[in-house]
Amino acid sequence: MGGKVTSLLLAGVGGQGILLASDIICKVMMEKGLDVKKSEVHGMAQRGGCVTSHVRYGQKVYSPLARKGDVDMIVSFEKLEALRYLDYLKKGGMILVNDEEIYPPSVNLGEADYPKDIYENLRSQFGKDSVKVIPGPNLASLAGNRRAVNTVMLGAISRFTPGLVREDWKKVLTEVLPGKILEANIKAFDLGREA
Amino acid sequence: MQEIMSGNEAIARGAWECGATFGAGYPGTPSTEILETFAQYKGVYAEWSPNEKVGLEVAIGAAFAGARSMAVMKHVGVNVAADPLFTVSYTGTNGALVIITADDPSLHSSQNEQDNRNYAKFAKIPMLEPADSQEAKDFIKLAFELSEKFDTPVFLRTTTRVSHSKSVVRIEEPVKAADRTEIRHLPLKYVMVPMNARARRVEVEKRTQAIREWAETFEGNRMEMGSPEVGIITAGMPYNYAKDSFPEYSYLKLGLVHPLPEKMIRDFASKVKKLFVVEELDPFIEEQVKAMGIEVTGKAVFPYTNEFDPGVVEKAITGKSSAPAVTLQTIPPRPPNLCPGCPHRGLFYALNKTKAFVSGDIGCYTLSYMKPLSGMDSCICMGASIGIAHGMSKALGPKGKGKVVGVIGDSTFIHSGITTLLNTAYNRSDAVFIIADNRTTAMTGMQEHPATGFTLQGEKTKDLDFAALGKVLGIDSVEVIDPLNFKDTTRVLKQELQKEGPSLIISRAPCVLLMSKKAVQAKQFFTDPDKCIGCKVCLSCGCPAISWRDFEKTGMPARPDRKKQKGIAVIDATLCTGCTLCAQLCRQEAIMREGE
Ligand SMILES: Cc1ncc(C[n+]2csc(CCOP(=O)(O)OP(=O)(O)O)c2C)c(N)n1
Ligand code: SF4
Ligand code: SF4
Ligand code: SF4
Repeated sequence: MGGKVTSLLLAGVGGQGILLASDIICKVMMEKGLDVKKSEVHGMAQRGGCVTSHVRYGQKVYSPLARKGDVDMIVSFEKLEALRYLDYLKKGGMILVNDEEIYPPSVNLGEADYPKDIYENLRSQFGKDSVKVIPGPNLASLAGNRRAVNTVMLGAISRFTPGLVREDWKKVLTEVLPGKILEANIKAFDLGREA
Repeated sequence: MQEIMSGNEAIARGAWECGATFGAGYPGTPSTEILETFAQYKGVYAEWSPNEKVGLEVAIGAAFAGARSMAVMKHVGVNVAADPLFTVSYTGTNGALVIITADDPSLHSSQNEQDNRNYAKFAKIPMLEPADSQEAKDFIKLAFELSEKFDTPVFLRTTTRVSHSKSVVRIEEPVKAADRTEIRHLPLKYVMVPMNARARRVEVEKRTQAIREWAETFEGNRMEMGSPEVGIITAGMPYNYAKDSFPEYSYLKLGLVHPLPEKMIRDFASKVKKLFVVEELDPFIEEQVKAMGIEVTGKAVFPYTNEFDPGVVEKAITGKSSAPAVTLQTIPPRPPNLCPGCPHRGLFYALNKTKAFVSGDIGCYTLSYMKPLSGMDSCICMGASIGIAHGMSKALGPKGKGKVVGVIGDSTFIHSGITTLLNTAYNRSDAVFIIADNRTTAMTGMQEHPATGFTLQGEKTKDLDFAALGKVLGIDSVEVIDPLNFKDTTRVLKQELQKEGPSLIISRAPCVLLMSKKAVQAKQFFTDPDKCIGCKVCLSCGCPAISWRDFEKTGMPARPDRKKQKGIAVIDATLCTGCTLCAQLCRQEAIMREGE
């Protein structure tokens, strides 16, 4: 199959910076000489809907979409969204969750409840070590930019990308991000990497 | 050099690299970024035309003048452009003409799932279909070459996954093409009166035959021989899904999906034991292969609807899925919603109160059909709102008086609402027509249009005056309202619904994404927990910034003085744009701004 292909599924809510995060992952992989494809559906993201992005890399990648049961890591930028795509996770795959709740409209209107015990359920279903909770908003604030949660999550992802070092990521972040928010974002990346 | 590009960016780049200088079209997901990206390149002319028919006609003009020109649209746009399309196939192109159609399997953001490969066959126009961004860039160049070589318009078809997925592309420098534009008088070729068209009709069949033969050696149609057990004929994105699932099988990957290379297909079929066609939507290739008398399996195991992925292909071919069974918890959905502060919210909140039948149209405002706004009763295609409202009100007669409204966005009105509004004046309609004028084409990402005062390439230009146009068309009663002024909007709606003859209301307030961050953030609202009686009226406008806090669920203390009250409304200051709508609705004056 031209070597193993790694698949990530990034999920969250419009406005959380998921598309930029997946762009950055792609660039890092390309600069390492890997083939990479990503796919997302966008068009109405600004209006609060779900956003997902599939990122796949390896020696040769055909499909930009991962199949169910074949994703190595689900990265959920919002707590509840982790639950929506669990059927994509591979046996033994990882789940990274940003510890942030954004209420869907039915919860806002008091017609539905926001699911409770999400972390406990994930851990009991997939094993304790497969679920990692990242306090994204806290770490982003600590880094000096509340909006840098996506970079915190990139830092967290970077811990699980063998063969890549911090400098590989930092180089692309420096290329992609505007100068005035770069420092806070590098800090956010490092905090996510250490989390 | 390598770069990661979306299919759309790659098409724009490829067009520019091969010396295309002209692009016209109308926005529509998933095609929009093609023209937006192309317009940024040096030395090109690119325009948003009012609709796809105009866009294609403009592109035909450029091709007649000798340019390499393209018309860009989403799949349903080709329906609008179909009239010139079928006849430009007869005239041929002189320069090069490529028509890009971006189809949307799964209806990610469309009103239907039509398979535009059928247009290629129907209009007798060759069609190329790339599978990823590199092919998108290669194939747009081939499309221009093919157009010139065979004097024919050429289709380039993408799907949402090709247009919007990103992959690695090799960047090249643009060729230095000489200016070949000039006026050529070729009336026998370009004046399609019956006598000339009959002659061209014969040329079209000859051309198709020639392209059919060319297709047999076209390098974009290629066999990849693997195991002889299973052979797969496929094209476009489904090729990737199949290769991902079954790298060991044999493939006939078609770059040209119309016309098909019959000899190559026969040759491939003879080399494998079992043959499949893997294609999304219609059995377009399958039916033609079957007509060749070749045994093949397609829609007997593959779905007609929705886009595929590697899992769908695996399941269709093997009958089972390798994915572990996971039961998903039911969780609250996250449907798209109008933004906080969206001007459409005020209009549709007021419209819902009139109890009229609201014949709607396509744009952001279509989202208002959802609860709690429930402000729209029908939506078919761009421009349909006005005609449908007129037809309904005519059929209902006096019973429909004051009960039928047509609502159309500003960009949609320009696209295809002007002639139909003229019809309501000409045939003396009794309905009310509203232009939801948010000063942009918001749905597809804020494109300029003929009433915004700017062109695609950022030049200042004329801006259409809707009120003056309404008058000229023969609408006697024309009103302009601010939809975020609830009282006034309600008053004008009532007044116009009572009037004889057609009325036009221009509901004008900018999309919040057009306003500067500062203007939005300066004046947020909050609710006063002492004054709020928990009546939920503010929640009924569906603004995502307002939410309900239940006393019991949140552990907030209940109100001793108002025993029946179950909770309060609160406003998220980070989301509120200060549009004032909810504050106008609250009878308790519990919603106010900082310092009020
Ligand atoms: C024939 C056709 N072309 C393009 C589209 C894509 N499309 C849907 S709505 C829309 C424009 C909406 O703009 P407007 O009417 O101003 O409403 P807004 O989104 O700004 O509220 C477009 C381009 C379509 N559905 N059909
Ligand atoms: S993008 Fe503009 S028009 Fe569309 S929902 Fe948001 S505010 Fe309304
Ligand atoms: S803020 Fe006003 S409208 Fe909203 S629930 Fe409270 S009292 Fe009712
Ligand atoms: S003023 Fe009210 S309706 Fe308008 S954005 Fe703020 S919360 Fe929403």
